[in-house]
Amino acid sequence: MPPTTRRTGRLVRAGQYLALLAYLAFLAFPFLWLLSTAFKPPRELGSLHPTWIPADPTLANFRQAFDEQPLLRAGLNSLVAASCAAFLAVAVGTPMAYVLARRRSLPARAAAGWVVVSQAFPFVLVIVPLFLLLKNLHQIDSLPGLILVYVVWALPFALWMLVGYVRAVPVELEEAAAVDGAGRARILASVTGPLLGPGMVATGLFAFVSAWNEFFFALVLLKTPQKQTLPVVLTHFLGAEGTADLGPLAAGALCATLPSLVVFAAVQKRITGGMLAGAVKH
Amino acid sequence: MTLATATTRSAQGVPPPGAVRQPADHGTWFLVLPALLPILVLSVGPLLYGIGLAFTDAQSGRIAATRWTGLLNFQDLLHDTLFRESFRIGLLWAVGVTVPQFLLALGLALLLDQDLRLRWLARALALVPWAMPEVVVGIMWRLVYHPDAGVLNETLRRLGLGDGHDWLAGLGTALPAVIVVGVWAGLPQTTVALLAGLQNTPRELHEAAAMDGAGAWRRFATVTWPALRPVALAISSLNFIWNANSFALVYVLTAGGPGGRTRLPGLFAYEEAFRYGQFGYAAAMGCVMVAVISVILACYLAGRLKGGER
Repeated sequence: MPPTTRRTGRLVRAGQYLALLAYLAFLAFPFLWLLSTAFKPPRELGSLHPTWIPADPTLANFRQAFDEQPLLRAGLNSLVAASCAAFLAVAVGTPMAYVLARRRSLPARAAAGWVVVSQAFPFVLVIVPLFLLLKNLHQIDSLPGLILVYVVWALPFALWMLVGYVRAVPVELEEAAAVDGAGRARILASVTGPLLGPGMVATGLFAFVSAWNEFFFALVLLKTPQKQTLPVVLTHFLGAEGTADLGPLAAGALCATLPSLVVFAAVQKRITGGMLAGAVKH
Repeated sequence: MTLATATTRSAQGVPPPGAVRQPADHGTWFLVLPALLPILVLSVGPLLYGIGLAFTDAQSGRIAATRWTGLLNFQDLLHDTLFRESFRIGLLWAVGVTVPQFLLALGLALLLDQDLRLRWLARALALVPWAMPEVVVGIMWRLVYHPDAGVLNETLRRLGLGDGHDWLAGLGTALPAVIVVGVWAGLPQTTVALLAGLQNTPRELHEAAAMDGAGAWRRFATVTWPALRPVALAISSLNFIWNANSFALVYVLTAGGPGGRTRLPGLFAYEEAFRYGQFGYAAAMGCVMVAVISVILACYLAGRLKGGER
């Protein structure tokens, strides 16, 4: 604890706690309400005075959500799309990140510049040509087409994280291996690669979460209901919903969140760590 | 944040001591191509194609060949009052979300940097909105705002502050209501980035200033803020871009309604392209969006950077 905190007055401290509690309430209450709604029976949802804690909690909403909408199939589609996209993004991103971190060749710098610039372009400008392009390749309404889009879409952030991890591997290790006569491929496979492992996993999981959560491309590129991903199917619940349908809606939304929440919690430290490595490097 | 990377990298100046110091050989291309190829085909290509489309009359499902129409799309846009209105709403939304997002995140980051109890809880909670799919965030807030079953109206009723409002359907309340959601959803990233910046501010300087009797505000203004500035600049710029281009949240919350009061340019262009099939016109909208965002950002960054030199 820095010595300054001892000087902090009691009043100030109390104010800080008050502010922190206000933040906690603001951040938590929508989520708590979602939880509460997901477990309420229709009678309580229609009541004039909804309560925070369901008086008569039920799992019927979850059953109904899975019966009415093809949530399981959609979940499976999301899982396939997100896993493939995450794997591919790391597989193609790591070698490039290595070059970006270790070399200053022109193509590498151009690519890095593009990665930054591409963030600024609105997806509306990209989606129409992308749609036409994928249509010509007969990849509209196909999961592989969507996966390709996700890989490219995840690459900027993935590259950025990976570059940070590569920089954290001391060049001296590679030099030592080179002195010992190991070739380039050998060095990458047996020295740098293993050290990058945890960073690659973290990057992959992050790419997984962003693909799992993605909505816009999936909305435009997938038409057949059986092929759609979870976020798109969830929006089918919306519309002229009566209060009785709110329960299944909340239940479905909750189920869609859990996987990304779990994955995110697992890699949270690493993600913020990776961000630090990229953002504030001394 | 990416901007920060760029500046630190150029500041380093010297190339890293090359272990594998070989001329740019086939090996480099071999390493770069797997990522570069998809980027070229699915990112650079579509973007250039999209800019080109803006100057044509491309439509979905038309048999006649697409023709060049020059600046016709842009002329039409100029006279399209609906688009101008949508643009105005988009700017209100982008600024209305980015500014409170930054201020609230700064407050939270400063609190989290203190030695408070419950800090772990706040840190964990602050990540929930980040991990959630945007669609779920939208659905969740629809439940909060729901006129009958929503917690907001119920709380207001309990407190005796009016009885029931259809927040997302009211002409006056819809935009503020979605802006609150936008702020909520973007708070985590901003907080995490600012917290990272804060933890890099020199503690010794802070303590020295405290010894010299500088108050909390003085310490913030003279020690914390100068160190935080680059991160603050980068994250607020990125937030502005992300917010200006956002789509899913508002699509789920209001779908642009009521009466177009929350129809962001992104939603407008989406409808134009995929409901009415006006590909060329939608692409022109995208171009205008890019141009305006770039100009605003350039002004902001130029002003800020100049302010920093003083």
